[in-house]
Amino acid sequence: MASAQESARIAEREDIRNRWLLSAPALVIIFLAAIGPLFIMLAYSFMAKGDYGDVKFGQFSLDGWFSVFLQRDIFDDTVSLADAHLTIFWRSVRLSLMTTFVTLVLGFPTAYFIATRPQNRREVWLFLVTIPFWTNLLIRTFAMQEVIRNEGILNTALMMLGVIKSPIQILYTDTAIMFGMVYVYLPLMVLPLYAAMEKLDFRLVEAGYDLYAGRFQVLRRLIIPLVKPGIIAGSILVFIPSLGAYVTPRVLGGGKNMMLGNLIELQFGQGRNWPLGAAISITLMVVVMTALLIYVRGAARAGTDNNG
Amino acid sequence: MADKNAIEVRGASKIFGTGEAQVAALDNVSVSIRENEFFTLLGPSGCGKTTLLRLIAGFDYPTDGEILLYGQDIAPLPPFKRPVNTVFQSYALFPHMTVAQNIAFGLEMLGKPRAEIDGRVAEMLRLVRMEALKDRRTSQISGGQQQRVALARALAPQPKVLLLDEPLSALDYKLRKEMQIELKRLQNQTGITFIFVTHDQEEALTMSDRIAVMSSGRILQVGSPWDIYDRPAERFVADFIGETNFLHADVVSATGDGRATVRLSSGVEIPATFPASVMPEGKVTIVIRPEHARVAAPNGTSAHVGHIENVVYLGTDTHFHVRLDDGTPFIVRQQNSRNGNSQTSFAAAERVGIEFGRDVAQILKD
Repeated sequence: MASAQESARIAEREDIRNRWLLSAPALVIIFLAAIGPLFIMLAYSFMAKGDYGDVKFGQFSLDGWFSVFLQRDIFDDTVSLADAHLTIFWRSVRLSLMTTFVTLVLGFPTAYFIATRPQNRREVWLFLVTIPFWTNLLIRTFAMQEVIRNEGILNTALMMLGVIKSPIQILYTDTAIMFGMVYVYLPLMVLPLYAAMEKLDFRLVEAGYDLYAGRFQVLRRLIIPLVKPGIIAGSILVFIPSLGAYVTPRVLGGGKNMMLGNLIELQFGQGRNWPLGAAISITLMVVVMTALLIYVRGAARAGTDNNG
Repeated sequence: MADKNAIEVRGASKIFGTGEAQVAALDNVSVSIRENEFFTLLGPSGCGKTTLLRLIAGFDYPTDGEILLYGQDIAPLPPFKRPVNTVFQSYALFPHMTVAQNIAFGLEMLGKPRAEIDGRVAEMLRLVRMEALKDRRTSQISGGQQQRVALARALAPQPKVLLLDEPLSALDYKLRKEMQIELKRLQNQTGITFIFVTHDQEEALTMSDRIAVMSSGRILQVGSPWDIYDRPAERFVADFIGETNFLHADVVSATGDGRATVRLSSGVEIPATFPASVMPEGKVTIVIRPEHARVAAPNGTSAHVGHIENVVYLGTDTHFHVRLDDGTPFIVRQQNSRNGNSQTSFAAAERVGIEFGRDVAQILKD
C-alpha cells in the first residue's frame, strides 16, 4: 500500500519534471527573444549617451528619462516642459484614438455584412478583407500617397466634379496619417468583430424585434452588448500598433508630423541619443499597458452593469 | 367563447427559393382563430406550421394572401409593430440580462414608465412563479425555468395573440406534462389567444380548444380535439392522430345530415358518419378507432371475423392484432378491468368476431 503510494508520487513528480522539460525550449525563446530585449532597453535608458550613438557602458545617468518630457535651456539651464515631445505624444494618442474609432465605425457594418451572408460566401468576403495584407505595408502606404496628393486621384476627381476649385492639401497632414492608419488597420478591426458576430445567435435578434425593439434598439440593446468581446479585441488590435506606427506617419505625414514611432527612430538614428530613445520606448509601453488596463477594466465593468 | 376572430389568415402562401428550387412552404392557407382560444397547429415537421406562425409573428412575409389581426391586415408590418409576441422553441432568452431584465425588455421597448414596468415584471414573475430567481442570469437556471421566463417575457407586454413555437419540445416528459397544465392555466388566467405549434398529437389533444392539422403546406382539417380524433375527414388526419383501422366499404345510402349506411366486405351493414362537405358514394374507406371495437366469440352479430395474430398486454389496455378474413389487419384495444373481464382473454391464433359500438365508423374524404 505504502509502496503504491510512493510510486504514484514518483510518477507524478516525473510527470511535472517532464512537462517543464518539454516546455523549456519555448520558455527559453520567450525569455531571450521577448523579455530579454526589454531588459536591455531598460538598462540602456539609465546610461549616459555615447558621442556617436550607442551608450557609455556602466555610466549611470538619468538624462534619458529627464528628456522624455522636460528640457533644459542651453543658455540659462532653466527647466521647462519639452513642448515638441508633448506635441508628438498628444498627436500619437489622438490619432490612434481617432483611428480606432473610425475603424470601429467602418468595421462594424462590414463585419455584420459578412456574418449575415450565407456560410459558403462568407469565406470569399473574408478573403477579400485580407487581400491588402499580401502587399508590403510600405508599398500600400506609397499607393495611398498617390490617392491623396494634390494631383492625386481624390483631388482630381473632386475638381472634375466641381466640388472644389483648387486641390485640398491632405498629404503631409494629420488627416493623411489617419487615412493611412485606418486603411492599414481596418482588417484588424473587422476580423475580431466578425469572429464575435459569427457566434451571435440571430434568433435573439428575432426575439428583440418580436418584443417591439426597432432596428436601432436591437443594435444598441442586443447586438452591441453581445459582440462586446469582439469590439474590445478589435480596438486593442488597432490602438496598440497605431500608437507605435512608424511607416505611415513617415510617408504620409512628411517629416514634420511625427508620431512616437518616428521620435524613437530619430533618437536611435540622427539624434544619437539612445538612452532617450530607450526611455521613450518604455514610456510608450507603459502608456499602452495603462490604457489597456483601464479600457479592459472599464469594458468589463460596463459589461456587468449592463448584465446587472 | 366569443365569436370574434383574433386572427384571420386568408389565402396565405409562402414560397421559398426561386425557379427550379422553389418550395411552397405554405399553399393557399385560410384559417380563422377565435378570440381567447387555445388554437393548435399540428403536423409533422416540414408541414408548414412554423412557417404559418412566422408569418403571423412577422419574421417572414407571405408571398401571397392576407393576415388579419382583429380585422386589420398586418401582413406588411414588421414584427416590432405587431401586438403579437412569440415564445421561441429555443426560448431565445437574452444571455446578457437577468431574468427580470428579460421580462422587462418588451415593456421598455414600448416606452412604458418605469413604475409600470416594475409592477408588471413583478406580476409576471409571480404568474410564472419565478420571484426567487429574478436576479439570476438566464444561463444559471434550468430548462423548465427558462421556459417560464420565456413565457413571462412574451406575456409581459400583454399581446393580443401569443404564439408558441413547440415550446415544450426541449423538456423531459414529466416537466412537459407539468408545463402543459401550466400553459393551460396561464391561458385561462390571462385570457390571451394562444396559437400553439406542435408535432405531438397527445399535446395537441390535451391542451387545445381547436386544432388545425397540417400537411405539405396545407391545412387538412380544423376542429375540436373530439372532431379531429373521432371524425377525421382525411386519411392523413386519421393516421397522424392516434392508432387507426382503415376498412374498405361500399355506400348503401347517405343522407344530407352526414349520416350514411355502408356495407363491409363481410356483407354486414353498419351506420357511419361523413364530413359534411362531400356526399359519399360507391367505394369508400372508413376508419374505426381501436378502442371503439371489441373482440368476442364469432357469432351472427359480428361485423367481421378473423383470427388473432398477436396479443400485446400494456397494463391498462390489451391490444389484439387481428387479421380479418379478407386479409386486412385490424387492431382492437380493450381496457383491462379488475373484475376479470373474460372477453379480453383471447389467445393468439384464436378465431374471433369483431363488434363495433354505435356511431364509430367515419367515412374519409378521398
